[in-house]
Amino acid sequence: MGLILTEDQLILRNMAKSFFDEKSPVERMRRLRDSQDTTGYSRELWREMGGLGWIGITFPESVGGADMGYSALGVVLRECGRVLAPEPFVSTVLLGGNALLIGGSDKLQEELLPKVSSGERTLCLAFQEQGRFAPYAVSTSAASDGGGFRVRGEKRFVLDGHVSDQIVTVARTAGSSGERAGLTVLVVDADTPGVTVERSELLDGRNAAYIKFDDVAVDAERVLGEVDCGAALLDAVFDRATIGLCAEMVGSFEEAFERTLEYLKMREQFGVKIGTFQALRHRAAHMFGEIEFARSVVLDAQSAIDDGRDDVAECASAAKARCSDVAHLIGGEAIQMHGGIGMTDEEEIGLFAKRLKAAELTLGDANYHRNRFAGLRGY
Amino acid sequence: MSSTSIEEFRQEVRSWLEKNLPQELRVGSRKGLPKDSLRKWTEALVSRGWITPEWPTEYGGGGLDRKHAAALKAELKAIRAPMITSFGTMMLGPTLLEFGTDEQKQEFLPQISRHEVVWCQGYSEPGAGSDLASLQTRAVRDGDDYVITGQKIWTTGADKADWIFCLVRTDLAAPKHEGISFILFPMHQPGVEVSPLTLIDGSADFSQVFFDGARAQAKHVVGPVNGGWTIAKRLLQHERTTDGGSEGGITGAMKETLADFVKREVGVENGVLADPQLRQRLAQQEIEAKALKLTMRRAREEARAGQTARDIGSLGKYRWANMVQGEQNLAMLALGTQGLGWSGPGFEDTHLERTRAWLTTRADSIWGGTNEVQLNVIAKRVLEIPE
Ligand SMILES: Cc1cc2nc3c(=O)[nH]c(=O)nc-3n(C[C@H](O)[C@H](O)[C@H](O)COP(=O)(O)OP(=O)(O)OC[C@H]3O[C@@H](n4cnc5c(N)ncnc54)[C@H](O)[C@@H]3O)c2cc1C
Repeated sequence: MGLILTEDQLILRNMAKSFFDEKSPVERMRRLRDSQDTTGYSRELWREMGGLGWIGITFPESVGGADMGYSALGVVLRECGRVLAPEPFVSTVLLGGNALLIGGSDKLQEELLPKVSSGERTLCLAFQEQGRFAPYAVSTSAASDGGGFRVRGEKRFVLDGHVSDQIVTVARTAGSSGERAGLTVLVVDADTPGVTVERSELLDGRNAAYIKFDDVAVDAERVLGEVDCGAALLDAVFDRATIGLCAEMVGSFEEAFERTLEYLKMREQFGVKIGTFQALRHRAAHMFGEIEFARSVVLDAQSAIDDGRDDVAECASAAKARCSDVAHLIGGEAIQMHGGIGMTDEEEIGLFAKRLKAAELTLGDANYHRNRFAGLRGY
Repeated sequence: MSSTSIEEFRQEVRSWLEKNLPQELRVGSRKGLPKDSLRKWTEALVSRGWITPEWPTEYGGGGLDRKHAAALKAELKAIRAPMITSFGTMMLGPTLLEFGTDEQKQEFLPQISRHEVVWCQGYSEPGAGSDLASLQTRAVRDGDDYVITGQKIWTTGADKADWIFCLVRTDLAAPKHEGISFILFPMHQPGVEVSPLTLIDGSADFSQVFFDGARAQAKHVVGPVNGGWTIAKRLLQHERTTDGGSEGGITGAMKETLADFVKREVGVENGVLADPQLRQRLAQQEIEAKALKLTMRRAREEARAGQTARDIGSLGKYRWANMVQGEQNLAMLALGTQGLGWSGPGFEDTHLERTRAWLTTRADSIWGGTNEVQLNVIAKRVLEIPE
């Protein structure tokens, strides 16, 4: 598949753009943040997106999806990124949803995914236990107990964990933290006795929960993939989630850049537009190139999934390495080129810088992904 | 055309290559190859019009459409055939196809596609580099001729060139962009003197060229008299066009990929490059090369689908230069002091090549418009930030 949008995707882009322009200006995200909204996003808008087929856009039709692939999902996520829409694509679709889709039994999928696609059910993936992204650094244990497991441990940075109906949980059934072998992925209902979920807010106004599992009973039927072999499932989930997150990042840094460019053309100092200063012109030109390059790598990564290519992992890491670097660059330059006003909470450019920083460090930063890319390339 | 016909064409190219491209030439570079077989290979390409595959057959081209030309190029690349490109095929030819008179096309294009005439580019002058339009070389009308006086510099291949495409001032009174003409004339004549310059890599590929009463025929002005600036800029666009460069091979040699080179020089322990800093940089470099290639491909696809009007030629040139220099910088770090050899014992050929290549590629951010000039163009033309 190509690197440009198909006719259908162009139509989808126009639809998504007018949808978000009308219903979700950046102001909406600010209101959710300032009102300390208990959900953190709009359940109503999320269900509307479900009705439009966007939540399940990559899911098969059998579970209420549209089966249009990541190139189409990327179109929607990019528009989300442009307006900083905080709806739970990453947690519910890309992480939790993909774990179910790739590792879940037919029965489990039929039980859970149709309601995910419609926007009624929210999922999350509880994997992280330390600050830096390290997918196999898991100490949370799942001990066999009769026909099932008992889970004990603590998870942090569980995106949208505070509102999730099901917590897809990564636990260790063998080995020790850091090892690839011995991981098992389980679906835990959030209302199971022994589960405590505490909400914390992040710098970008989104939510990540701190979750405690205190001897939580989980049925063996609720295992995704195979016991002890969860790492392979996780790898596939993270690749897809990373690529989706990158698509959202592209939207955010494109918008932040365009706003900054407008500012260069409007703001005057020394009796001239600041955009006449060559130091700023060159940096703007460089930023443009960085964004174009990131976009190409992300589009290619999306079609790597859609075309069933065997270099999805490599593409995911290339994309996140690029996008994380660009997010850092654009977030920083956007504030710098706005001067003092860029530091105010009132000016929206700061909201972009914050979201870009959060996304940069989520699911692995540029160093992590360059190392992973190197490993996949045999060095 | 249908996809089967592309596939058939590829098959045909493959078997043709098996027959016509001797094993010793399948090295992906033109440097240091046996002259005789290179000449035969060139003749074989010429017989099919494949030096200029997309040009019309009446001008000695291959008459291929874009898809077939791309297929041919892919096959040539796959078998690591030495490319026979020149100022004529890459820059002057496409410009003449667009702006030349029928007579000019008839006269010059077939010689280029037959690889018979070597051209050089007379743009830069001592006082006119980035500010090219301030050039001073003059052409004064004299009957059916123009008489040319002045000096060019950095003229690549001038000492071996038969003809020059040259920017000259034909109206002294006009504003600087409006008094320039684009003219063609032979190098082998009285009034043309070529004086080669030695570069930091030890090569002497480019020269100063002095004109003192050299003559050009008036019919060899391309486009309108005093309207040469438009044509000059168009040719620069062709010069700046890259297809995403070296496909991960080390520029200049292409005998192995950058990753293979660095792995061999630095060493790999348990599947991990021995130096963690270089591992990061190599990954960055490979991702950059991938991004450049994809971006150039995307630009072509977008243009074909009419989805964008953004001209990213300058971006491509700027990033290509950075990528090439990044590769060479990395190769030097991988080599350590082994990358410092100039001659004498203790250095392998592959090491000596890297030393020279590092020096050679310093030029990539200068020729065809410096990096700073490309950034100026992007800011003004693409981002439309008022000056
Ligand atoms: C290997 C090589 C081959 C070449 N081959 C040819 C050839 O065949 N024919 C030909 O005509 N020319 C050729 N050139 C010349 C080339 O086009 C010029 O060197 C180039 O345009 C720069 O001009 P200059 O050398 O006069 O540098 P200058 O223009 O003097 O630049 C000096 C420095 O000032 C910077 N600078 C200049 N103007 C600006 C600005 N407005 N904003 C910010 N920075 C600026 C430049 O970026 C550069 O860093 C070749 C050059 C090289 C290195």
